[in-house]
Amino acid sequence: MQQQVPSISQTTEAKTSFWHDPDRLAVFYQALALAVVILVGYYLFTNTLTNLERQNIATGFGFFGKEAAFEIGESLISYSAADTYARALLAGVLNTLKVAVIGVILTVVLGTIVGIARLSSNWLVSRTAAVYTEVLQDIPVLLQLFFWYAVFYEILPSPRQAVNPFPGVFLSNRGMVVGVPEAHPVHIWMLTAFVAGCIVVWMLRRWARKRQEETGRIFPVFRTSVAVLPALPALAWVIGGAPTAMDVPELRGFNFVGGINFSPEFAALLLGLVLYTAAFVAEIVRAGIQSVSHGQTEAAMSLGLRPGKVLQLVILPQALRVIVPPLTSQMLNLTKNSSLAVAIGYPDFVSVANTTINQTGQAIEGIAMIMAVYLFFSLTTSAFMNWYNKKVKLVER
Amino acid sequence: MKRRTTVLTALFLAATMLVSADLFAGETLDAVKKKGFVSVGVNGSLFGFGKPDEKGHWEGLDVDTGRAVAAAVFGDAGKVKFIPLTAVQRFTALQSGEIDVLCRNATRTLTRDTQLGLNFATVNYYDGQTFMISKKLGVKSAGELDGATVCVLPGTTTEQNAADFFRSKKLNWKPVVIEQNAELAKAFFAGRCDCLTSDASQLAGIRAVAPNPADYIILPEVISKEPLAPTVRHGDDQWRDIVDYAVLAMINAEELGITSANVDEMLKSTDPVIQRFLGVTEGNGAALGLDEKFAYNIIKQVGNYGEVFERNVGINTPLGLERGLNALWTDGGLMYAPPFK
Repeated sequence: MQQQVPSISQTTEAKTSFWHDPDRLAVFYQALALAVVILVGYYLFTNTLTNLERQNIATGFGFFGKEAAFEIGESLISYSAADTYARALLAGVLNTLKVAVIGVILTVVLGTIVGIARLSSNWLVSRTAAVYTEVLQDIPVLLQLFFWYAVFYEILPSPRQAVNPFPGVFLSNRGMVVGVPEAHPVHIWMLTAFVAGCIVVWMLRRWARKRQEETGRIFPVFRTSVAVLPALPALAWVIGGAPTAMDVPELRGFNFVGGINFSPEFAALLLGLVLYTAAFVAEIVRAGIQSVSHGQTEAAMSLGLRPGKVLQLVILPQALRVIVPPLTSQMLNLTKNSSLAVAIGYPDFVSVANTTINQTGQAIEGIAMIMAVYLFFSLTTSAFMNWYNKKVKLVER
Repeated sequence: MKRRTTVLTALFLAATMLVSADLFAGETLDAVKKKGFVSVGVNGSLFGFGKPDEKGHWEGLDVDTGRAVAAAVFGDAGKVKFIPLTAVQRFTALQSGEIDVLCRNATRTLTRDTQLGLNFATVNYYDGQTFMISKKLGVKSAGELDGATVCVLPGTTTEQNAADFFRSKKLNWKPVVIEQNAELAKAFFAGRCDCLTSDASQLAGIRAVAPNPADYIILPEVISKEPLAPTVRHGDDQWRDIVDYAVLAMINAEELGITSANVDEMLKSTDPVIQRFLGVTEGNGAALGLDEKFAYNIIKQVGNYGEVFERNVGINTPLGLERGLNALWTDGGLMYAPPFK
């Protein structure tokens, strides 16, 4: 909107009329557009209220505090049918967030691997990557979700005949149940130790960079980090008395009790979204890498840098400025596509909000909430990615 | 289908936002006459209630209710357009004006009656929720379902009834909520859930199309009352009366012994009650703003309630449902029509 038009009034002394002054005209048109938007908005708002009143449809967010009285299949927070609609919706938001966050991370990793594989000089590797991207991009994501969901419930046996590939792990059409260590106070300390480890690594990295700039000596930050990060939590565990009690899943009645459960709905949704979106990310990564001229690689090699360092120091920084903006939009796509969850029974936010709308009849409030939540997710993602984009942008000296 | 929900909701919002305030009241009949057919929201995939057959011909109890409304308005049961809707979409479609009447096994409840901008006509099927389960699990009653995974449709009273039932019995359970009937049934038959819960009639309909119907039993406990009724928009009393009396005409005809086969004969009857009902003596049609022969047209083209019941869900259909509560009041059921006078 804010185009930097060189102002005529600054360059010429002669007085221009209002209608010929682009600066003032721009302000005028923007004010006009804003006024129209406000007027239309006001009309829609008041008309909506009158219509709702006439149709005898209640309005407002008063239903938030009422008992939801419906159950949600899985939730990150404790939830039961006796809780309020507000809590049910929160559980839905967290379920969406869970799929989105894990999905985005896996997508970026898989997409990058496939994108690089497509440029591999190995014929088999590059062909496989090509087939993957071409096929998965072209099948509608909803069909892929149905497919993966069917794979889980059709192929896997019932809980009573569950497959037991490793001790403490059971696979059935109810999902994957995994034994986990029984809750113990030491776990909090292990987490604290891990966070402390992260801070240590971050400081080490700063120190190593400074030292390299001053003395030219390189410190093996990566190898040190790999050693430090697991070591601190392990130490905390040993000091805490090394508890080994496990919460092992056990077949009781219809299903497994204990351990943690990854439901087929979650797995199918995650798998479907990641495989689909990663195909697009792969193309973005490939385009990004190909945008860096081959001369850059040759120049870096001739300096004596090893291939890993060439990728890390020369290719990636230049490729990233091409990759990051479209990558952001793929991350948003994945988040938004997660709303297809209701088709395969994963209780995401849209699913919970739909039930809420149906039970309370508050369609306008419900849809407004859905829009607000997705808008918030989108804006946060894009704000973070813009910050990252600025950070990886080429620093011109 | 996701898109359909979104489009419908957007339509509803747009309609509520843009339509001027005086459009709906009392004008559904005029609008329907002008476009030349009745738009009826139906289930679309529920055996016995609303589903197209292999040739694309719609059939079912709810479908026939829609046809009865068309017969009442136009004298032609064929002037009707069926629009398949999911449970989540149905009320929005009605509120937004995409359909004129919803005949889609919707349960009449207080909240829906008061807060959704809806009105319910006469009940066309008295139902109750129960559970269907594989015989292999050896469960005989719903009280043994502790820890079960239960497949359930979203946006229905079913979802709440199940939650209420397990809460009152202090049993653990886990719902799997899938929007489409067909996908839900597939997940259940593949063993994703231990049991499927819905209205008894729906379970019978789903079982009828199971890969192996004999493998499944419907548990005896009925955990809720589900009076299923056609639904219209709030604020148009005339249209509501028309839908109401279209259903009541079928019930009344059965009570009077009038069927699609003998209705022409009955026109010659000297019984004043029958004469009034079939429009030989005028007055009823005009009161509703319809043709005097509206009841005659319904019975001639669609049949009386008993015929419609037996044809779609009765004992000789794959659903094999008894009349039960849906018998006439004279036979100990709940079907009762006020006098047509």
